[in-house]
Amino acid sequence: MTAPDTHRAIDAVWRIESARLIAGLARMVGDVGVAEDLAQDALVAALERWPETGVPDRPGAWLMATAKHRAIDHFRRTKRVAEKHLELGHELEARQETAVPDLDAAIDDHVGDDLLRLMFTACHPVLSTEARVALTLRLLGGLTTEEIARAFLVPPATVAQRIVRAKRTLAEAKVPFEVPRGAELVDRLSSVLEVLYLVFNEGYSATAGDDWMRPALCEDALRLGRILAGLVPLEPEVHGLVALMEIQASRSKARVGPSGEPILLLDQNRARWDHLLIRRGLEALAKAEALGGGSGPYALQAAIAACHARARTPAETDWGRIAALYEALARIMPSPVVELNRAVAVSMALGPAAGLERVDALTSEPLLKAYHLLPAVRGATEVADSRREASVEVRAAGAGARRGDRRRARATGAGATPPG
Amino acid sequence: MRFMIMVKADKNTEAGVLPDEKLLTDMGKYNEELVKAGVMLAGEGLHPSSKGARVKFSGAKRTVVDGPFTEAKELIAGFWLIQVKSKEEAIEWVKRVPNPTGEESEIEIRQVFEAEDFGPAFTPELKQQEEKIRAQAARNR
Repeated sequence: MTAPDTHRAIDAVWRIESARLIAGLARMVGDVGVAEDLAQDALVAALERWPETGVPDRPGAWLMATAKHRAIDHFRRTKRVAEKHLELGHELEARQETAVPDLDAAIDDHVGDDLLRLMFTACHPVLSTEARVALTLRLLGGLTTEEIARAFLVPPATVAQRIVRAKRTLAEAKVPFEVPRGAELVDRLSSVLEVLYLVFNEGYSATAGDDWMRPALCEDALRLGRILAGLVPLEPEVHGLVALMEIQASRSKARVGPSGEPILLLDQNRARWDHLLIRRGLEALAKAEALGGGSGPYALQAAIAACHARARTPAETDWGRIAALYEALARIMPSPVVELNRAVAVSMALGPAAGLERVDALTSEPLLKAYHLLPAVRGATEVADSRREASVEVRAAGAGARRGDRRRARATGAGATPPG
Repeated sequence: MRFMIMVKADKNTEAGVLPDEKLLTDMGKYNEELVKAGVMLAGEGLHPSSKGARVKFSGAKRTVVDGPFTEAKELIAGFWLIQVKSKEEAIEWVKRVPNPTGEESEIEIRQVFEAEDFGPAFTPELKQQEEKIRAQAARNR
C-alpha cells in the first residue's frame, strides 16, 4: 500500500471508528473536549505509524489503546485527580491481560450507551443551534472542520471557533456525560432530532454547482438518524424522522432539472424516485406507528411524504388523507406553512373553491410574505379556473426559489413539503 | 456513494448447504453492526443457482436455461448494498466480514452508478431540451 492509499484507508477507519472512540474516551475522562483531543492524538499516531506498519487488523482497538495511553499521559501532565489516573491505569492493565476479543467485547458493551451519551451531549441545550450542528457533525459524523465549513459555506476558522467555544461551554456548564432520564429525555431527544433534520435540510437545499459536501449532508444526517434509531429503538419519533428523511431523500434525483431548476413534487418523474429509500422510509414509518407514535410531528410529516411516495401517479395521490394529516400536524405544530399546505391538500381533495378560500386568508400572513411557494400554491389551486394564469404564477415561484428563499421558507415553519 | 458487496458462491453454497450456527451468529452480528453504523441499505442471501435460471439473448431470440450453473466462482451467493463515503470505507467494512467459508474465499466490491456518473449530457430531460432547441433552430432557418 502506498502512503496516499494508507491515508485514505485511515480516513475510512476514522469515519467508522471516531464516534465510538470519542464516546468511549468521554466516558472515561468525563469531558468531550479532552476526549476528542485524545482521539485526535491517536489519529496522528496512526498517520505516523500505519504507512510503515500497514493498517492493523483491529484498527479500532489500536486507536483506543493508543488514546488511552495518551489519556494517562494527559492526567500525569495536568496532575488531575490521582484516582482517575489510577482507575484508568487499572482498567488498561486489566484489559491488556485479557485476550483481544474480550477487549472488543468489553468496549462493545458500552459502545451503544456511550454513543447515545455523546449525541445528547453534542446537542445539549446550553449550546447554540449552530454549535450543536457543528459538534454533532464533528464528533459523531467524523467530519473535519474543513468539511463542515465547506458544507455550510462558512470560513473554516468560524467552524473551528464554534467547536472550541462549544467544548468550553460544555466544560464550564459541567454538563454531565449521560443520557437524560424521564421528562427531560423527551425534550433532549427532540433537540437531537432537530439537529439531525436541520443538517438534512441544509443538504437538501443545496443547489446545482454547490460543493458536493453540501448534498452529502443528507447522507450524514440519514446515517446518524439510522444510528440513533438503533440506539433508542423504542422511541417512535426517531423512526418518524428517519422515515421522513428516507422518503425525502428518495426524491433527490427527480427534484432538480437539468439546468438546476427545482421541479415541484407533482411534476417530478416518479420513475426517478429511489424506491429502495421509499421502502426503507415506509418501514421506518410503520415502526413509528406500531410504537404508538403516529401522531408525533416527524411521523406525521413522514406520513404525508408517504402518501406521495405510495402514489404511482400524481392522480393517485390520496389528498383527503393528506389534508387530514396536515390538520393533525397543525394542531401540534401550528404554522402558516402547514396551513398553506393543508389548503392545497383540501383544494386537491374537495375542489379549488374550498382551498382558495384558505389560501387567500393566508396571503395576508406576514410570515408568508417572503415565502416563494405561495404564488405556486395559488397557481396550483387555480388550475381549474385558469391554466394560463396559474402557469405564470408557478413560473414566478420557480424564479424565486433561490437558496436563500428556500432557507427562509424552512425557517418560517417546518412541516411544509415544498418543492419535492 | 453506494457499493454492492458480493459474496461469491462455492461448492457448499451451490449444494444448498446452510451455514453452520457459528457462521450464522457471526454474520448476524456483522449485519447488526452494519445496521447500527447506519450504512446498510439492503442485504440478502441467495439460493443456489439450481433454483435459478438464465435468459440468453441472441438478436431478437430469447432462450431460457435452467440452473444449476457450473462455474461456481463466477456466481454470487449473497450481497449487501451499503452507503459510505469512499471506496476505502467500503473496503474497511468488507475486511470486517466474517470469512464466509472459513477457508479461501473472496468478496467483490463494486460501486453503484449514480445519476451524476452519467454526466448531465445523459439525463433524459437534457436530451429532450436539446431536441427541442434543435427543432426550434430548424424552424427558424
